[in-house]
Amino acid sequence: MTYALAIVLGLAAGVLAGMFGVGGGILFVPTLIALGLNQHEAIGTSLLAIVPTVLVGTWRQSRYGNVRWRAAAILGLAAAASAQGGVVLAEALPASTLRRLFAGLLVLVAAQVAWRARRRES
Amino acid sequence: MQVRLVLIGLVAGFFSALFGVGGGVVIVPLLLLFCSWEARSATATSLAAIGITAVSGVVAYAIHGDVRVEYAALVGFPAAVSVVGATALQQRLRTRTVELLFAGFILAVAVWLFVK
Repeated sequence: MTYALAIVLGLAAGVLAGMFGVGGGILFVPTLIALGLNQHEAIGTSLLAIVPTVLVGTWRQSRYGNVRWRAAAILGLAAAASAQGGVVLAEALPASTLRRLFAGLLVLVAAQVAWRARRRES
Repeated sequence: MQVRLVLIGLVAGFFSALFGVGGGVVIVPLLLLFCSWEARSATATSLAAIGITAVSGVVAYAIHGDVRVEYAALVGFPAAVSVVGATALQQRLRTRTVELLFAGFILAVAVWLFVK
């Protein structure tokens, strides 16, 4: 993994953040692992890389009038709290089976979102 | 509404820690499907929420010495630049286009999780 490719993947992560409201960790983590970081370092470093990405993204979206601050605070605080529980469980359960169940769930979610979108007028 | 937001946040934090998939993959579709939010406000609010969870996560990992600032800058700064263009583009697309693209993205994440 060259630095140039890492920068390109960083740019791609920002596009995902702006278009889909994700932090970009899904691209940051594999990129950082390819750069030689171990799993824990990659996740910790990805979380730090997410901070400027979502700060700028939130700033732009708030200028467009799209951010609901109160809801964001509730969602964020609840997620920060339950992440602790997820970490404990992640170490206790077989990861691959769970991951595939979650992947299956996401396929259903994708179908539902697409179905809803198709029925939209605009 | 608030109870739903708390539940969505709890589910998002839990799954993100469990699978390493960021909270946004969970928050955005749940806001669309269970709260009937429009795609732009769902993705925008998700970004703000992720800011809170990411900061709290960084603190936890930094305590263990697992945060490499120079690498975070290497990938994070380009992302902070391109997110400006992507949010601008998102405003110009029709809502249904944003939602269909999002469905495709979620599907790609599912495939990635399945094969990795």
